[in-house]
Amino acid sequence: MSKTLNNTKPSAFLSVRDLRVHFPTEDGLVKSVDGLTFDLEKGKTLGIVGESGSGKSVTSLSIMGLHRTGTKRGAPRITGEVWLDGEELVAADPERVRKLRGQKMAMIFQDPLTAMHPYYTVGAQIIEGYRAHHPGASKKQARTRAIEMLDRVGIPQPDKRVDAYPHEFSGGMRQRAMIAMALVNDPSLLIADEPTTALDVTVQAQILDLIRDLQKEFGSAVIIITHDLGVVAELADDILVMYGGKSVERGPAASLFEAPEHPYTWGLLGSMPRLDRELQDRLIPVKGTPPSLINVPSGCAFHPRCPYAELTGGRSTSEVPVLAEAAPRHLAACHLPIAERHRIFAEEIAPRL
Amino acid sequence: MTDSKTAAIPAPAPASDRQPLLKVTGLTKHFPITKGLLRRQAGAVRAVDGLDFEVRAGETLGVVGESGCGKSTMGRLVTRLDEPTGGKIEFEGHDITHLGVSAMRPLRRDIQMIFQDPYSSLNPRHTVGTIVGAPFRLQKVATEGGVKKAVQELLELCGLSPEHYNRYPHEFSGGQRQRIGIARALALKPKMIVADEPVSALDVSIQAQVVNLLDDLQNELGLTYLIIAHDLSVVRHVSDRVAVMYLGKIVEIADRDSLYGSPMHPYTNALMSAVPTPDPRRKERRERILLTGDVPSPLNPPSGCRFRTRCWKAQDVCATQEPPLVAARPGHQVACHFPENDGDQAVGMRKPGIHAQRGADHR
Repeated sequence: MSKTLNNTKPSAFLSVRDLRVHFPTEDGLVKSVDGLTFDLEKGKTLGIVGESGSGKSVTSLSIMGLHRTGTKRGAPRITGEVWLDGEELVAADPERVRKLRGQKMAMIFQDPLTAMHPYYTVGAQIIEGYRAHHPGASKKQARTRAIEMLDRVGIPQPDKRVDAYPHEFSGGMRQRAMIAMALVNDPSLLIADEPTTALDVTVQAQILDLIRDLQKEFGSAVIIITHDLGVVAELADDILVMYGGKSVERGPAASLFEAPEHPYTWGLLGSMPRLDRELQDRLIPVKGTPPSLINVPSGCAFHPRCPYAELTGGRSTSEVPVLAEAAPRHLAACHLPIAERHRIFAEEIAPRL
Repeated sequence: MTDSKTAAIPAPAPASDRQPLLKVTGLTKHFPITKGLLRRQAGAVRAVDGLDFEVRAGETLGVVGESGCGKSTMGRLVTRLDEPTGGKIEFEGHDITHLGVSAMRPLRRDIQMIFQDPYSSLNPRHTVGTIVGAPFRLQKVATEGGVKKAVQELLELCGLSPEHYNRYPHEFSGGQRQRIGIARALALKPKMIVADEPVSALDVSIQAQVVNLLDDLQNELGLTYLIIAHDLSVVRHVSDRVAVMYLGKIVEIADRDSLYGSPMHPYTNALMSAVPTPDPRRKERRERILLTGDVPSPLNPPSGCRFRTRCWKAQDVCATQEPPLVAARPGHQVACHFPENDGDQAVGMRKPGIHAQRGADHR
């Protein structure tokens, strides 16, 4: 699996192959992302789920090329390939990536209050993004475009609000303005990093609907990163579950929720209380805590927390499991034999979910 | 430190099983907004505006609502970290509304708080032993075998190792820190614990651990909880009764099963339908109630029913008359002129299409 990269153009619109992002720190090498591979087509949504520190945000930032500059201890080591519409980005010239960023690929950040500049009006920030990629556009044209975008994301009185500052907006409106800013250049790849975590449920529902509508309208590819399985279930076509910098399970949303393959996914599903199910006496948490990315457990990173680790005959502590197809288009990285896994899920896990 | 208001410490009320542990009537908290050189009052943020509820001994009352609805202020008022503007708080029959700092001190043993953010609620310069042992020292409680032993027992009770005694908060993960906060709250064997978003800062898998811990502690120690949270599914899991707040008022308060089974206030319905369900097949089938806009400012709340500006059922009467919080069913109080899931209400009142999937959606 290690060096099968041969710089061939993939057919998918976005293709990430064996992406590794390692940060050198005083305490050691932090392996935030360690061998991640996935494809995404236009018009589709990929949901990346995982706990804090599983590497989901680092993945998105490295696709955007935002991890290039180093700290004093040295730049992060990024290897692997990111292909966007037939263009490789990891080895590409930073200037070229800069041209694409904001134009072909755009990002919505978690906290709109820190992601926006408090000193400039919302309109000015949208206009800046538009004019940077449309050098020919006049200020007036850019302003018209900004108002059009604010209107599109559902901000009332966009011609007045365009001159307002971020602090004059409520949380939901700010997130709408962020989306307008991301979409101003019609990007074909949109990455939303925890877009609704800071919002209330009622506003969250509005924003999720908005993202869904806009995707239908513009036909872009969307990556949505979140820790909330409910949010990905609402939006995503495919889901990727990350643990300790690796993808442990990947598959179509319906099959992942109905027949999850990996014990970690079982744990995630079992530990959240659900409104659409009968009330349970107790939740079934995943024991222990997420691993440190400096000192990732040997073998399967999940083995110290996995209740079924003993069933693999010691392989879980010595061998790193690879993603293997368990069902059509549904991959999981687990040492448990598929039949055994299905038996455990059907007998022990499914009745408790 | 003390003030004259608290000269008379109320006489103990007769202990009775049926008496609520905490009784709140007409509780208000207005934060004044001052203007100009003379700091005259220009208005007030009506964060909490007339709350009535009871918490019975041994039960868990969950409080839900959007940000800015006053639920955290309510928690701070009940624990008397803030001075109420009006109304009355009774704890075990004592009026504690305006007790001063020193008169309040003995009661602090009985009402403890768990905070939201386990990173800012623990002093980074103190060891776990100092943090969890602080209540013993402050209240001058003598413990059998010394403070250290008591602290270590508490740590064990909360799922930490007694060897953690000499460690500092930064050596722990978020979930462990929250356990330290819980151990500190339990130190003096309180009767009631107010938990303000106890799990919202934690990862999903850790959230379940802490929820289970709170559950076990309640069974073991007979605690009474007032749990403030914005996550409706967590609140359903932990609570016996649930109160829904909107703009400083309780709009609905009921037994858990009654509230989640057949919510009566339109706002409760909207909140529940907005919760994303982890079931991709469901997203096509269900119809969501999408509330438009944001919560109005508590500086200048709408007249009449405060929810009317976002309510799809609002009529003229909603703008003029404030609906009182009345019992619509036994154990189910709601403040609405046109409650839902109510036998008397004509079906024609409902906006077509919105309620098609209601019954199936919120089992």
